[in-house]
Amino acid sequence: MRHAPRTAVELAAAVRAGNATAAEAVGEAFLRIRQADSLHAFLSLREEAAREEAAAVDRRIAAGEGDELLLAGVPVAVKDNIAVAGGPTTCGSRLLQHYVSPFDATAIAQLRAAGAIVVGKTNLDEFAMGSSTENSAFGPTRNPHDPTRVAGGSSGGSVAAVAAGCVPLGLGSETGGSVRQPAAFCGAVGVKPTYGRVSRFGLVAFGSSLDQIGTIGATVDDAALLLSVVAGPDPKDATSATEPVGDLAAGLEEADPAGLRIGWPAEYFGAGLEPAILAACEAARDRLADAGAEIVDVSLPHSPYGIAVYYTVAIAEASSNLARYDGVRYGHRATAADLTSMYLKTRAAFGAELKRRIMLGTYVLSAGYYEAFYGKGTAVRARIRGDFERAFERVDAILSPTTPTPAFPIGEKADDPLAMYLNDVYTVSANLAGIPAISLPWGRTPATADRPALPIGIQLMGPDFSERRLFEVGRFLERESPDA
Amino acid sequence: MREPAAPAGAWEPVIGLEVHVQLATASKIFCGCATAYGAPPNTQICPICLGYPGALPVLNAGAVELAARAALALGCEVHPRSIFARKHYFYPDLPKGYQISQYDRPLATGGALAIRLDDGSAKSIGITRVHLEEDAGKSTHGADGTRVDFNRCGLPLIEVVSEPDLASPREAFLYLSALKRSLEYLAVSDCNMEEGSLRCDANVSLRPRGESRLGTKTEVKNVNSFRYVEAALAFEIERQAAILERGEAVVHETLLWDAGRGEARAMRSKELSHDYRYFPEPDLEPLDLDAAWLAEIREGLPEGPAARADRFVEAYGLPEYDAGVLTATRPLADWFEAAAAAFDDPKEVSNWVMGEVLRLANERGETVALAPEPRPLAPAALAQLLALKAAGTISGSVAKEVLAEMVETGTGAAEIVRERGLAQVSDAAALAAEVDAVIAAHPGEVAAFRGGKQGLIGFFMGQVMKRTGGQANPQLVNALLRQKLAG
Repeated sequence: MRHAPRTAVELAAAVRAGNATAAEAVGEAFLRIRQADSLHAFLSLREEAAREEAAAVDRRIAAGEGDELLLAGVPVAVKDNIAVAGGPTTCGSRLLQHYVSPFDATAIAQLRAAGAIVVGKTNLDEFAMGSSTENSAFGPTRNPHDPTRVAGGSSGGSVAAVAAGCVPLGLGSETGGSVRQPAAFCGAVGVKPTYGRVSRFGLVAFGSSLDQIGTIGATVDDAALLLSVVAGPDPKDATSATEPVGDLAAGLEEADPAGLRIGWPAEYFGAGLEPAILAACEAARDRLADAGAEIVDVSLPHSPYGIAVYYTVAIAEASSNLARYDGVRYGHRATAADLTSMYLKTRAAFGAELKRRIMLGTYVLSAGYYEAFYGKGTAVRARIRGDFERAFERVDAILSPTTPTPAFPIGEKADDPLAMYLNDVYTVSANLAGIPAISLPWGRTPATADRPALPIGIQLMGPDFSERRLFEVGRFLERESPDA
Repeated sequence: MREPAAPAGAWEPVIGLEVHVQLATASKIFCGCATAYGAPPNTQICPICLGYPGALPVLNAGAVELAARAALALGCEVHPRSIFARKHYFYPDLPKGYQISQYDRPLATGGALAIRLDDGSAKSIGITRVHLEEDAGKSTHGADGTRVDFNRCGLPLIEVVSEPDLASPREAFLYLSALKRSLEYLAVSDCNMEEGSLRCDANVSLRPRGESRLGTKTEVKNVNSFRYVEAALAFEIERQAAILERGEAVVHETLLWDAGRGEARAMRSKELSHDYRYFPEPDLEPLDLDAAWLAEIREGLPEGPAARADRFVEAYGLPEYDAGVLTATRPLADWFEAAAAAFDDPKEVSNWVMGEVLRLANERGETVALAPEPRPLAPAALAQLLALKAAGTISGSVAKEVLAEMVETGTGAAEIVRERGLAQVSDAAALAAEVDAVIAAHPGEVAAFRGGKQGLIGFFMGQVMKRTGGQANPQLVNALLRQKLAG
C-alpha cells in the first residue's frame, strides 16, 4: 500500500489525479479505525457501503468524470445525529438504538455528490446534549491524547476520529460549542458556521434555533474544504441562508493579517481560565500583532449571561424537539397496557441528562413561567447578539479561548451538571448570536505530575458569513502555532 | 330545530364559534404529500409529516395565499408579519408531539361576516382572528384498539374564530352557512363536511338578559354538521339554564357532542387540561407578507355571495328571493349569469333555473346546475329552449318535456323539437278547420257556452289540443274558439 496522503486536500487531489484511489483511502481508514477502537469514537461502521461507494468514485474518476469531486475518495466520520439513509442514526440514545433513517441529510447528499465516503457514524452525548460524550447511552469516547480523559462533546466521536488520524474529516453538530469544545480538547480544527450556512435538514434537532452542522479537520484548509462542500441554501430547510457561499477554501495560505482589526474581549479572560490557555491566547494575539494586525479591546458585556440564556433557550427547544420520541411510529417502544403507561415507560429510556433537560425545558415554557424564563432568555439573547454587532463595527474578528480548561478526566464532572455546563462558557455566545466561530489548536498545557501535556484550543469569532475571513486568520495562526 | 325551552328565556345565550377549514391545496402545508380525500390509510405520508428525526417543515405558499384570500374576504386585517408557534400535547395522531399553529401573532385579525336573520334583517358577526395551522392525523377507536391514519396529518387548515356575537343556535347555523358559502365562493376550501374539511367547535355561555358580563362558558368540540351544531347548542343552553336556575355554577369544561344520543358529554375539565406550552416555531421564519402582494390578492378576490345577490337584484331586476337562491353557490350563480347573458329575460331564466333546472339537478343527485358530466346542460342550451318558447314554436309544457330530454340525452332543444315534431301548429287555416270540427261535434256544449257557461272554453281548448296532439298554438286556438263560438 502506498503511503496515504495526510490531509483531505492532498488526498482528494491525489485521487482525482489517479495517484491514489478512493478504495485505498477507505481501506486505510478502516484499518486506522480498528487500531483506534479503544477510543470508542464510532458507534457504527458502513464498511460494505463505503467500499462500494469508493469503487463507484474510482470508476467515475477512471471515466474522466472526477474533476469536480472536491472530496474525491475522502473518508468522513459523521456524528450519529446526522441522518445517513439506510443505516442507523441513534443519536447516542436507547430511544433510537434500532432506528434506520429512510433519508439522507442534505449535508450527506452534498458529501456524496462531492465524492466523499461516509465510513461510519460517531459517538455523541445523547441527542447532542452534553460536553464530554459521557452522556452517550453507549459509553464515552476517549481522548486520543490521554484515554483517561474525555474527548469533549457532544461531537466527541467525530473529533476523536479526526484527531486520532482515523479519517481526515468529520462532521459534527453545534448547539453551544459541541464541535469547538471537543476540537480544543483533542487538538483539531472545529468550525461552527453562521446559523443557516449549512442545511439542518437531516440533523436531528436539539435546540433548533441554535443547531448548526459543523466541520472538523486536522487542518484549517481541510475543515474549510469540508464546509465549502456542505454549505449553501437548501429548499428543505426554511432557516437555511440564501447568502452566496463563495470560495471558502482556496488560497487561504496567501492571506495576510496585516491591517486586520482583531478584537480582544475582556470578559473572556476572567476568573476560571487556566493560565496556560490565557498564555496561548496572548501568544496568538502577539503573532497577529507582529504580522501587522491591529489588536482592539472590545467589550461583550452580556457575555456573563450566556450560559444562563443558553441553558434556558436550548432546553426549552429540546423539550419540544424530544416530544416526538413517543414510541408510536419508530424507535424504541416499551410494552405497556395503556397509552399513558406506554409513553411513560418508553420515555423512561432517556438518560438522566435528557430527563433533566426535558423537565427544565418543559418548566420554562409553562404558562406562568414562560415570560420569566423563555421570554427573558430570548430578550437577553438579542442583547448578546447586539454586543457582537457593536463589536464587529470596530473589529473584523474576535480572538478568545475556546474552553477555560483542557480535557478533564472521564467521570470528573459527570455528577455535577453545573460544572459541566460551565465548559461552554466561551462557546455558547456564538450560537446564541448565530455568528460563525472556529477553534484551532495552539500548543499544549505544560505536563505536570498528575496531568500530561494536553491540547489547547483558541477561538476566532466573526460577523455573519465571515467564515472565509476566520479561515484566513486561522490559517495564519496555524502556521505560527507552537504545533507547526 | 329546537329553541331552548323556558326557563331559558330568562337567560341570554352568548355563542362564539371556532371553525377549522381545510384549504384546497394539492399538497400538505409543510411537505409535498398529496391531500386527496379517501386514499387508503397511511399512503399520503412522508418523513416530514410523520415527524421523523431530522425532518423539517417548509411552508406551502399556496396555503398562505388561500388563507390570505379567506381573511381578506372576511374583512380582516392581514398582518405583514405573523409567527408560527408550536402547540404541545401528546397524542398518537400528533407525530411531533406538537402542532404547528399560530398563537399570539396570527395571520389576520378583526373581520366581520354579515348574516341575514329569519326576519330579513342583517347582523354583522365579528371575526376575532384567522390563523394557519396543520391538521393532526385521524384516530379510529375500535374494539381491537385504536388505529391512526396519518394521511390527514399536515393538511393545511385555517381556524376562523368568531366573536361571541351569536345569540342563538339558529344564528350559529346561519353564520356557519354564510361562512361556508363565502369560502366556497373564494375557492379557498371545498367545505365538504362529510370529508371533514369544515369542522366546528362552539363556545357557549349564558347570562341574565340585559347583563353585559359574560357567564362561564363551555366548549362543545368537533361537531361535524351544521344541524348538529344547532342541536348541540340548544342542548347545552338548556343544560346550562337548568344549572343556573338551580342556583348552581356552570363548570368551565369541554364537551363532546354525541349525535346518536343527542347529548353533549364532558370531555375534560379545563383546569385539568393541557398547558400547550406555545413558543415560536424555530424551524420556520416569521411569515412576512408583502403589502403589494396582499393588495394583488385583495383585487383578485371574487365577488362574494352577498354582493352578488345585491347585483342580481340591481342588474337583472330579480326579486331578492330569486337572487338569494341563485347565489347559494358560485357555480349556480355563474350558470345563471351565463344563461341570462344568452337570453334577454332574466326573470324568465331565473324561473326556469330555480324551477325545472334545479328540480332536474336534484333528481339526478347533482348539487349544482347540471354542471357535472356526463351530460352537462349548458346555459346556452337553456337559452335556446327559452327562445323557442318565446317565439311560440313550443308551449311551456312542451318546453319542460324538451328540457327533461335535453338533460337525459344531451341533445339540443331545436333538434328535439324538430325530430319529435313538437313545433306548435300556428297555421290559422288548419287550426280553424280543427276548431270547426270540435264545434260541430259538441252542439250541447256550444249551446251551454252561448248560454253563459264561459268556463267551457277550457273544454273546447282541450278538445282541439287532443285533435292536434297538443301541438296547437294555444293563444291562436283560444282566439279562434272565441271568435267562432261567439258567431
